[in-house]
Amino acid sequence: MDFDNILSERVKQVSPSGIRKFFDLASMMDDVISLGVGEPDFITPWPIRDAAIRSIESGKTYYTANKGLIELRTEICEYLDSHYNVVYNPDDNVIVTVGGSEAIDIAMRSIVNPGDEIILLEPSYVAYTPSVELAGGKTISIQLSNENNFKLTKEQLLGAISDKTKAILINYPSNPTGGFMTKEDYMEIIPTIKESGIIVISDEIYSEITYENKFCSLASFDEIKDQVILINGFSKSHAMTGWRLGYVCGHKVLIDAMNKIHQYTIMSAPIASQYAAIEALRHCDKYVKKMNEAYLLRRNFLVATFNEMGLDTFLPQGAFYVFPCIRSTGLSSQEFCNELLQEQKVACVPGTAFGQAGEGFIRVSYAYSLEQLKEATERIRIFIEKRV
Amino acid sequence: MDIIKLLNTIEKDASLSIVDLSKVLNEKESDIEKSLSILEKNNVICGRHTLINWNKANVQKVKAIIQVCCSPEKEYGYDKIAKKIYMFDEVSSMSLISGSNGEFMVTVKGKTMQEIAEFVGSKLAPVHGVSGTSTLFVLKEYKKSGIVLSEDNDEIEDRQLVTP
Repeated sequence: MDFDNILSERVKQVSPSGIRKFFDLASMMDDVISLGVGEPDFITPWPIRDAAIRSIESGKTYYTANKGLIELRTEICEYLDSHYNVVYNPDDNVIVTVGGSEAIDIAMRSIVNPGDEIILLEPSYVAYTPSVELAGGKTISIQLSNENNFKLTKEQLLGAISDKTKAILINYPSNPTGGFMTKEDYMEIIPTIKESGIIVISDEIYSEITYENKFCSLASFDEIKDQVILINGFSKSHAMTGWRLGYVCGHKVLIDAMNKIHQYTIMSAPIASQYAAIEALRHCDKYVKKMNEAYLLRRNFLVATFNEMGLDTFLPQGAFYVFPCIRSTGLSSQEFCNELLQEQKVACVPGTAFGQAGEGFIRVSYAYSLEQLKEATERIRIFIEKRV
Repeated sequence: MDIIKLLNTIEKDASLSIVDLSKVLNEKESDIEKSLSILEKNNVICGRHTLINWNKANVQKVKAIIQVCCSPEKEYGYDKIAKKIYMFDEVSSMSLISGSNGEFMVTVKGKTMQEIAEFVGSKLAPVHGVSGTSTLFVLKEYKKSGIVLSEDNDEIEDRQLVTP
């Protein structure tokens, strides 16, 4: 059978994930210590699990409204208002999605026409480029730099906007760099966004995992609020990756457009996950705080340890990744990770899995216990000492 | 230095070295060392223990929680009589409690039920001022010091090796 003729050109042009290739390699080896996981090491807090169990026990096993349970949408709006000073209406401005991933997909598909340009900040999360390409758009990359702590500047933004630009996808705190934009940083670029009229898809999935600085949502800037599609979810903040629950907020016209795709492809997000999420938003701030306290200690440990080894590592202000520069070893990101895996059985993700701007870096997740981090960094130290 | 943060950190993981603590708390090693020394001297840090699930080590141990009734003594309240009890090596923990089931909650560990029964009969009950005891033997421990011990503990690493 000639499958090449069967597959769509659009799917064929999507590159395989760099992370998937690395996972295949690592999974064939024994006794690997992985620092490559992009999900919390914590189990979902018990009250959230219990809420889902209760919902199943009480027979809540049906579809919900396409946009999600109104109780959940109301909680989401109250949460965004009380935590980030962002005001949305639960009837018009919110869709509960199957993870942040679905939200990214329907956001792209609802706004992109063939040939439209979408600006991505690289290094960036692996799903962004494919989601643009699958929607028929073209990616324009802004290369963020370590020297600038992977922040977006006004000059970079101005240089990337053209008359074909439909949107920019922004993700702070960032996966993979841990980069962060403060309110003051955003204020530098808000006038440009306003003037250009482009859509801002703001993936704020790590909004609850921040350290010294308070998180600022792009939707909190009134002057561009109608241009913002806000994406968030429960995977990272409440350790709920397997529940597949996220949400997208925005102007009613945009939400109605996204809901057209959502209602015909998904119908509604899983109801048990939705009941779990209501509990998460109502009563679980203390668990989020406790997890963040653990992440903070681990971040400090890794940044100090990598800098001590001679790998320049900036202090991330959010998410649970550090992004050490490995140029001093003379190896490329891919070589570094391959050789580290073969020699010391430690799995880190090459920075290039997140775009060419990631060359010279590796992503190290600290969604691991300190004990695991200590063992892994000791092996990395031995690896580095042989090369520097 | 944030002493409460230091205490919270070592309460969760007593195995962290001075070097580790210096890194995770972003403080100088010398400052950590000095603070720990003061905290030990002032009895804020009273000891460092390892949490062991003896069942998994196939070591049989018996534990009992004993509610002890007694009357307070003039001038000393409960403290003098408490000391007569907690000084026994068999007592692993002891607290003054509220409620109608006794004044003290005493935890006693032994190798057998017989050993604990002998301790209660020959040492604890005869203490001057003790008017009654009620011994509750522990059949199974599910959680200790915030750690789940039971066999069906579901908190097992089951994540993929590498994910986006």
